[in-house]
Amino acid sequence: MSPRRSTSGGLIDRTRTVRFTFDGENLSGHAGDTLASALLANGVSLMGRSFKYHRPRGVFSAGVDEPNALVTLLRGGVREPNIPATQIEIYDGLRAESQNRFPSLAWDLGAVNQLGGRLIGAGFYYKTFMGPVIGPLKGTRFWMMCEHFIRRAAGLGRADYEADPSRYERVNAFCDVLVVGGGIAGLMAAEAAAKAGKRVILAEQEPVTGGFARWSGETNEGKQAHEWASNLTARLASLDNVRLLTRTAVWGYYDGNTLAALERVHDHVARTPKGHPRQRHWTIRATDVVLATGALERPIVFPGNDRPGVMLAGAARRYAAEFGILPGNRTIFFTNNDSAYEAAATIKRAGGHVAAIVDVRARISSAASELATAAGVSPLTGHAIVGTKCGKTLSRVFVQAYDAASGTLSGDARPLECDSLAVSGGWQPVLHLASQAGAKPVWDEEKQAFLPPEPTQRWAGAGAFLGTFGTVDALGSGRDAGLKCAGKRPSRGKLPEIAPEPLDLTPAPVLEIRGKGKAFVDFQHDVIADDVRLAHREGFVSVEHLKRYTTLGMATDQGKTSNVPGLAIMAAARGITIPEAGTTRFRPPYSPVAIGAMAAERYGDLKPERYTPIHDWHVDHGAEMTPAGLWHRPLVYAAAGETVEQAYIREAAAVRRSVGIVDVSTLGKIAVKGPDAATFLDRVYTNTFSTLKVGKARYGLMLREDGIAFDDGTTWRLGETDFLMTTTTANAGAVMQHLEYCLDILWPELKVHLTSVTDQWAGAAIAGPKARAVLERCVTGTRVDNETLPFMGIVHGEIEGAPVMICRLSFSGELAYEVYCAAGYGTLIWEALMEAGEPFDITPYGMEALGALRIEKGHVTGAEIDGRTTARDLYLDWMLSKKKPFIGSGLMDRPALIDKNRLRLVGVISLDGQKLGGGAHLVERGTPDEPGESIGHVTAFCYSPALQKYIGLALVRGGKARHGTRAYLSDPLRKRFGQVEIVSHHLFDPDGERMHG
Amino acid sequence: MLIDCPHCGPRDLAEFSYQGDATRTRPDLASTDTKAWLDYVYHRPNPAGRHREFWQHAGGCRAHLVVERDTLTHEIFTVSFARKTSGGDAA
Repeated sequence: MSPRRSTSGGLIDRTRTVRFTFDGENLSGHAGDTLASALLANGVSLMGRSFKYHRPRGVFSAGVDEPNALVTLLRGGVREPNIPATQIEIYDGLRAESQNRFPSLAWDLGAVNQLGGRLIGAGFYYKTFMGPVIGPLKGTRFWMMCEHFIRRAAGLGRADYEADPSRYERVNAFCDVLVVGGGIAGLMAAEAAAKAGKRVILAEQEPVTGGFARWSGETNEGKQAHEWASNLTARLASLDNVRLLTRTAVWGYYDGNTLAALERVHDHVARTPKGHPRQRHWTIRATDVVLATGALERPIVFPGNDRPGVMLAGAARRYAAEFGILPGNRTIFFTNNDSAYEAAATIKRAGGHVAAIVDVRARISSAASELATAAGVSPLTGHAIVGTKCGKTLSRVFVQAYDAASGTLSGDARPLECDSLAVSGGWQPVLHLASQAGAKPVWDEEKQAFLPPEPTQRWAGAGAFLGTFGTVDALGSGRDAGLKCAGKRPSRGKLPEIAPEPLDLTPAPVLEIRGKGKAFVDFQHDVIADDVRLAHREGFVSVEHLKRYTTLGMATDQGKTSNVPGLAIMAAARGITIPEAGTTRFRPPYSPVAIGAMAAERYGDLKPERYTPIHDWHVDHGAEMTPAGLWHRPLVYAAAGETVEQAYIREAAAVRRSVGIVDVSTLGKIAVKGPDAATFLDRVYTNTFSTLKVGKARYGLMLREDGIAFDDGTTWRLGETDFLMTTTTANAGAVMQHLEYCLDILWPELKVHLTSVTDQWAGAAIAGPKARAVLERCVTGTRVDNETLPFMGIVHGEIEGAPVMICRLSFSGELAYEVYCAAGYGTLIWEALMEAGEPFDITPYGMEALGALRIEKGHVTGAEIDGRTTARDLYLDWMLSKKKPFIGSGLMDRPALIDKNRLRLVGVISLDGQKLGGGAHLVERGTPDEPGESIGHVTAFCYSPALQKYIGLALVRGGKARHGTRAYLSDPLRKRFGQVEIVSHHLFDPDGERMHG
Repeated sequence: MLIDCPHCGPRDLAEFSYQGDATRTRPDLASTDTKAWLDYVYHRPNPAGRHREFWQHAGGCRAHLVVERDTLTHEIFTVSFARKTSGGDAA
């Protein structure tokens, strides 16, 4: 238990104690702590187990780049896995758990994987699960069982099965200048742009702006740098044209300077206030962008570089300066550049003990020497760390003489006692967003880092992002970037004075020390240096292959610490330079984003819902509602104690016996008007509408250009140039779009106007032998007898004084009418029809009964018009006009589309008295365990009250040719296997006597 | 991506529906040339670079537009009404 809190110093509020638990243990920290800093303050150095080998791991960084210390947060019974402890602000009552360990973090059984490390190197899965070629374990079945256990052992946190109760919201924002990063450079850029009158958004991923200034220990204009930064921030916040977003990570850079950001609005408090979102997803469109995203420190790859107690030197410095935490009692630094010396001096100032500074370079700068003196050590130059020793925590490291020029070790390795090791492999600018924006990073040999390329979109870089790491550079480049975005020239104005002078952070080109033992490149995915070389030996040499074969850089940290060392090792193995090896393109997101945040209101209670004008009546009368797209429709109106099946059977039987009523307001309705309306309909429908008489309706079928069936419905001719088209509920939008396409692009010469009127009409279908009697009791202004209103006829009249349009058409196969009225009269008309139907015991029916009635009649819906079937497959070829061309006529007769063995529509009857299942396959022979080859599938099924049997519709090979034959229903998912008879899809009243009566 | 709709002004991609390649020529309605139909329905040059596409401003004025853009950089060069380019009137 070595790390601890120093007695003073840091930016935490020591007067406020915050209590939290980690793996059930009660701990406390201070306001301003992250979970990582609070755990370190409590002496917790073991924070997780690694992905594959279950090696003990401690916190490695202090920020967004954390690969090791991933925890699961428990919030109100919901688990949120894989959150870096460095990114969690502690609050009273916070509960966190470590991951990937069993039974406990300290005693983890999975740690045996370390012994088998050589067996589970890169490509383990690819090689293993192929299965042996011969022997009893031949094939993949056995391995699929093993895989279950292996996958359990390898992994990160586990996801929850509970629904996420959090609220998320999405915001669109527009600005002249978006500044990404609220460090010194970003603040200066925002100020310069704001002063020039630009609308500015500044986004900082941490809770507080300032970045490096918060722990640099520098003075800026005579003030502590962090005070200087917070003063500037306060000035910016007071400006009307600046919006400051903290806790906001910009994670995606898309076309047209569109950026995505995630604001963690209330992750830092125990409970999200009522009405507030937990997180907010921002889509920001910016004319110009300033990328002031800073730089991340790289590790050095050497054996045992992943032990708890090993962390980045910059992180050690930040923990000491910002949180008042010492990494241990004896800290050793290992570096290839000068920045570790500043870190060492900081640790010493904070009251820590620096045991040694090991530097791969033979000579160091005088500035570094002075810092070493301040840290109280004389640096061990020309040396490298070649191993570490660790019980529960780090106990010693081994150093050996090292020649950086040749990369060779010499002499004997000798141990140095320590309990913490701080490593610096130099700094890599954060180029993720620039790369996402479309430009390839450029390798700079002198700085040993990738630098930003020429912008391909409107952005300007500032600060450490540019590969210049001094505070003076950050001030100047930040201001210039802000001015550039404001269309101004760089300023020669005086910059704030900084003390002390910045160091030159150019590192020695050493990123790996080769020795015995596992040397980790990607800590989170447990990719070691030898895995990279293995990938090279096995031919996976391109960076894209390297990445996928070893999974280097593919963990939740997206390789923030591992990319450059990984590339360096591959380049060395191939004997080429890093730029020759190339780099992969960064993809969004820069840091993890909850799916919930992206879905936001499109999920759950804020999803738009469509109610018919009669909705409330259905609900008041006991309807169980079911979603149909965005619509809500009655499923059944179940009486007390009735099941859904009992209810729909009763409803459907009532329609056949007397009369029923169903809400059809959801059908798509399109007004097609104009002198060429009839011509237009002749082209989009397979059958002819120009011959339709005014006051009559006709059933129509549309195909796609490729000859596949698209949609069906009735179209009513209300006037010579005035048609009302109905579409299926599901396809209303698609049909409208299709018609608009035809008029805009295919036939702009046609004088036709389209209006979607779905929402303007309410509709009720009255069906059953007593349907006419019902209308006679309530319709005025027109007669409804067979002469006035024949099959497919249309009349206009009134019900309760409200105008209605009535068309006699039938989906149920009964004598039936659709009554349409203005949407606002929907309930009035519905209730009038209910009252008129009272003597006949009129029964409202829902989707289930509607479905049963149409299945009995063999009428098709979207289950059969499924985007694969043709008109012939559905036995609708009688609708294909031979007298005129129409959309789809050019390709519908292709050989494959008229093949005799296509899946075609049939009816099926269950022979064992058991239910059928939608999507179940039909087979000619076989057993439940070994069903034979599928000859088709069931598209819809129901219990038929008319036939007193379970029936269904199906698409089977050959269709009609199989009428009268038997087959088996094979439905292994529902554990169902039973015999069926294949019959005509016209299962009930095939001659249609009832609807014409 | 922003598309500058001639009716509505620059609007986000989310308001538009992609409606296919605008370089194809549809055979005459009455044509029975199967090859011409197959070319029209299935053949896509899918160029890497400058391309003409139909986009409908489905979440706006609902007009179909011809958008000339670079499929590699997503840069948009011209936007015009599909009706005008097809020789029809824009009414």
